[in-house]
Amino acid sequence: MNILNTLITLAVAAIPFATALMLGTTGEILCEKSGNLNLGVEGIMYIGGAFGLAGAFAYEKAISAAGHIAASGEPASSGFIAIVIAIICAFASGAIASLIYSFITITLRANQNVTGLALTIFGTGIGQFTGEYMRVKQGGFVSLSNHLKHAFSTNIFGPLAKIPVIGPILFGHNVFFYLAVIIAITIYLFLMKTRKGLHLRAVGESPATADSAGINVTRYKYAATTIGGGISAIGGMVYIMTTAGATWNHEGLSGVGWLSVALVIFCIWNPLKAIWGSALFGALMIMYLRIVVSSVPTEIYKILPYVVTTIVLVASSMRNNKEKQPPKSLGRNYFREER
Amino acid sequence: MANETRQSLIRLARREQMKSEYVWGIRIGSIIFALLLGCIPIMTTGNNPFSGFATIINGSLSKPIYFRQTIKIAVPLLGCALAIAPCFKMRFWNIGGEGQITIGAIAASFFALKIAPEGSLPHWGLLLLMMLSAAIAGGIWALIPAYFKAKHNTNETLFTLMMNYIAIGIVAYLQGGPWEGRKGSQIIPMFKSSARLPDVFGVHAGWIIVLLITATMHIYMKYTKQGYEIAVIGDSENTAKYAGMNVERIIMRTMFISGAICGIIGFIIASGANHTLYKGVANGVGFTSITVAWLSQLNAFVMILISFVLAILSKGSQTLQTRLSVPASVSEIVTGILLFCMLGCEFFINYKLIIRENPITGFCEKTVSKAKKICSKLISRNKSNAKEA
Repeated sequence: MNILNTLITLAVAAIPFATALMLGTTGEILCEKSGNLNLGVEGIMYIGGAFGLAGAFAYEKAISAAGHIAASGEPASSGFIAIVIAIICAFASGAIASLIYSFITITLRANQNVTGLALTIFGTGIGQFTGEYMRVKQGGFVSLSNHLKHAFSTNIFGPLAKIPVIGPILFGHNVFFYLAVIIAITIYLFLMKTRKGLHLRAVGESPATADSAGINVTRYKYAATTIGGGISAIGGMVYIMTTAGATWNHEGLSGVGWLSVALVIFCIWNPLKAIWGSALFGALMIMYLRIVVSSVPTEIYKILPYVVTTIVLVASSMRNNKEKQPPKSLGRNYFREER
Repeated sequence: MANETRQSLIRLARREQMKSEYVWGIRIGSIIFALLLGCIPIMTTGNNPFSGFATIINGSLSKPIYFRQTIKIAVPLLGCALAIAPCFKMRFWNIGGEGQITIGAIAASFFALKIAPEGSLPHWGLLLLMMLSAAIAGGIWALIPAYFKAKHNTNETLFTLMMNYIAIGIVAYLQGGPWEGRKGSQIIPMFKSSARLPDVFGVHAGWIIVLLITATMHIYMKYTKQGYEIAVIGDSENTAKYAGMNVERIIMRTMFISGAICGIIGFIIASGANHTLYKGVANGVGFTSITVAWLSQLNAFVMILISFVLAILSKGSQTLQTRLSVPASVSEIVTGILLFCMLGCEFFINYKLIIRENPITGFCEKTVSKAKKICSKLISRNKSNAKEA
């Protein structure tokens, strides 16, 4: 029973981290399915995190400026509205950032790898800039009120989470986890069961064929990259709001975006696999806090997820299964004139 | 698709070789455009962008001590950019410079901490040993992803990236464990003076090493068989295979060289600048140097200029933060914008836009020519006014 309890607490504790990863990965899968290898996910998630926090923070300030103060002395802001604002801000900022990437790679046909890296540098800069700027303006500290923090990280099913064993695992999570699962399933259904999804996959596999079949390659690539980037950015916001404690610190995202890119390969471009894949990686990331092995130093323990990722990368490159390959034109730009 | 039969408004065509002065004109124009865009974040903080850029220049070049600090930032940037240039030329996206630097620094620190106190080696002997070990360690660290890329086509971008976190994790472990100085301090003790790079003209001798590497790398890439092989693989791997090149071996060899140079940079940072080893030894150099390499079009001598410019940005933005309280991360934003513009401007070098003749464009052309006439009139009037005054 003790081991089971440990495992349950591990699973529950892993979920906030896993949610950020899941959203990041799902967004990137959508993007890569169109043949665009967007390495800017880290930057996009940074932007999403900073602007999501900024949105919720601005909302709360507006409430307290309007004089609505709750009995506890905190601004009487509504958790639901704050969450919606944070999601919209993160999605919009991430979509705009991806639009820059799309314009440079799709319209101006620049190298996708370098553009992605540039987006990471740019996005990290914008995120840090926004966070720091807010901090300076607020006199050293940006933080939401306690009840809003609670709204972002509390479980939404309340009493159902008290059911033994399955309660905490199924019902014990914050709203974003369920949102992420819904998004992942929706993207899967879109890709596999709809006509537009088929077109998008065709664009990713062979843009020339798709083009001659009358599919507007540019439009599909733009749409997939932009929406995918927006979804990834929500992941960044979730990370800042839950794991990082709804404040801005210098650590920022510490590589969550890059892990998401790696997870895409791990999940072989399947959003459904992203659900359990990110849960697994979330568990790996926090395992050193929950399952202490005295013979392994903490710092060595902490690099475990990265080691696992490299092993996964090698293993997935070694398998020669035709079904489990990346979209065929991934990373290559499409030149209609140069067919 | 319905209007496919009509000609679209803007068509693209590949340009034949463009005159080099035009090429550089476009590139310099895009840099100016990028700097103009970089004004926006400074303006959002309520500052005048010109005084912002003036503060950046002032804070990085106005006094000898600032200038030396700027050089200190530029040295590792240039070195690491030189290291990743051959990889990028080969279309091998090595973003593991960070980790390779860190591993090099670990190897150098090992000898600095274990041998320097004994004093059994002369000063230069110890430094040479540190540098060699750093080069070998960095090279081997880089060889791991290269091997898997060559044999199994493993994604090198993510592999090298993950190796960064692993390398930094190892330093974190050493800091808190076996190499810790005072118990509980989480700090590795400072190197003895025999393990420190001497200063030349007020800056540690690392700049001489890096300039030597620059010249060597230029010759290596331009005038040797190995450099040529790298260029061929970058253009087309199949061509290289048909020509009988051993692509796998070349990939591994190039990555080893790249990692070795990064390792040497790690030694320079640890022994010259910090005199100790800590988690942030690479401090983002591995990433920023990608910008340096790409902005300079992988040309070794242009890299000197670009790394210096980025060092000015980085040093100056710290001053910007203290004086005008503009967050220092503005330098990253400007760097990102610079990269975007440089990447985008290649399009205008490689393609030309052909605009379909139609009433609208005709109207536009007429308007433009009219505007030009009016402007020239105004200018001549202004000149004559000025003369009268």
